[in-house]
Amino acid sequence: MMLQTKKLTLRQRERSLVRQTIANRLFIAAALFALFIALATLVILVVNILIDGLPRLSLDFLTAYPSRKAERAGILAPLVGTIYMIGLTALFAFPLGVAAAIHLEEFAEKNRFSKIVEIAIANLAGIPSIVYGLLGLGLFVRLLHLERSLLSGALTMSLLILPIIIMTAREALRTVPNTIREGSYALGASRWQTVRYQVFPLALPGILTGTILALSRAIGETAPLIMIGALTYIPFLPDGLFSPFTVLPIQIFNWVSRPQQAFAINAAAGIIVLLVILISMNAIAIWLRNKYQKMQNW
Amino acid sequence: MSENNITFSIEKLNVWYGEKHILKDNTTLLQKQQITAMIGPSGCGKSTFIRCLNRMNDFIPNFRHTGAVLFENQDIYRADMNPIEVRLRIGMVFQKPNPFPKSIYDNITYGPRLCGIRKENELDEIVERSLIAAALWAEVKDNLHHSALALSGGQQQRLCIARALAVEPEVLLLDEPCSALDPIATAKIEELLIEIKKTHTVVMVTHNMQQAARVSDQTGFFLMGELIEFGKTSTIFTNPRDQRTEDYITGRYG
Repeated sequence: MMLQTKKLTLRQRERSLVRQTIANRLFIAAALFALFIALATLVILVVNILIDGLPRLSLDFLTAYPSRKAERAGILAPLVGTIYMIGLTALFAFPLGVAAAIHLEEFAEKNRFSKIVEIAIANLAGIPSIVYGLLGLGLFVRLLHLERSLLSGALTMSLLILPIIIMTAREALRTVPNTIREGSYALGASRWQTVRYQVFPLALPGILTGTILALSRAIGETAPLIMIGALTYIPFLPDGLFSPFTVLPIQIFNWVSRPQQAFAINAAAGIIVLLVILISMNAIAIWLRNKYQKMQNW
Repeated sequence: MSENNITFSIEKLNVWYGEKHILKDNTTLLQKQQITAMIGPSGCGKSTFIRCLNRMNDFIPNFRHTGAVLFENQDIYRADMNPIEVRLRIGMVFQKPNPFPKSIYDNITYGPRLCGIRKENELDEIVERSLIAAALWAEVKDNLHHSALALSGGQQQRLCIARALAVEPEVLLLDEPCSALDPIATAKIEELLIEIKKTHTVVMVTHNMQQAARVSDQTGFFLMGELIEFGKTSTIFTNPRDQRTEDYITGRYG
């Protein structure tokens, strides 16, 4: 850097100070404006939906099967379908994703192959969900003859969120300081013991948070399930892995696309139910994280 | 020097991290139940050297070595040597105190539990014995089930020493154990090391030459990966053979 030879005059300094203050205020104003736009959109959307849908919400709405008459239609089938599907997806994707992350982060040698895997996973996370739907259709529905079942849906969703779970779990594992691993190794622990007793417990809150956020993404997905043929008119509850099913977003999509106003109101009510599920899942994620962090820091 | 007074015999040890040649032809003998201090400027390879003594370098990608590290006459890098057994017999304490985020009790019993000790009274005994050996018992005996992270830095480092002693190693390696501590905590650790050497071989890396002079029996001086001079601490500090050693200990090097 060049040394400044001429000293700034007092006047010059004052002027630059004023300019900086103005720039500072302008920036804060711009940031606040952006925040306002984002929040206002959200508030308008939510309020709109609440006004439309809240009066329609009732126990009947939650416990009724679909119907051609809007006022008698309910969301029992898609609600239960969503819960089953997410449960199954978690069952498949969590152990697989966490195991993959642990392998990549703690066991795999860092070489070109692992670099390629890493890039591939990051790319998979960015692939449009409809492509996963096509994959699910080809692989699970057709090739493995799982038909248009709950199982096919859950497996497709697992594929969809696996990359996200792997990436967030790796992130969580990486936050465990290396000094902890070294301390464990120095006491004669094997790699496996070090992961099992030190690294994994420390990373668990982050892993759980990432998994729940990935699952809440899966809840809102519609496209891949339409692809594999989740139906809209299901007047019964899924009775097993191979049962046909539907989920909330599909039901909402179906209602919205009807011309009658009454169905639009049903859709709004369905959206409220979906939002409540999503918000509670996120709340659980935050609660879990805080709980485990407290246990670690006391 | 009789043969059975030797804990480590290092023969022509060369170490590379990838292309970087870190240690060059180190040959030396480390004696039993003595404190050996390794001194030298930052980046001279002394930490790499001490990490070779219990195979903590295994986890560094691209680590490569030639030569031999004989511990009790056996090369610890021999293919049939189990690195876990090596680390059980040769404990290590690190630069920054690194207690596990668990209770004091669980920190100390971690190693013994891995070895299969499960009985409560045995574990209790180990905890008391290790904490007494690390001069920490009096301070923490009423808080054994409190978080180890609530201890002060000096206490944490003594806890790490207690944790290392709990698996009954024959050797204790310390990689700049006092560099993160204040002078009072440092003095306590130094006192402790002199006590520990009655039963263990101690090898330490230190940046602090006064510390080396105060506590060690043998001193090695590293420069750019070479072990320039190794000998009795009193000789190294009063009458070094090599000009570079003299320059370093009189403060003419970095």
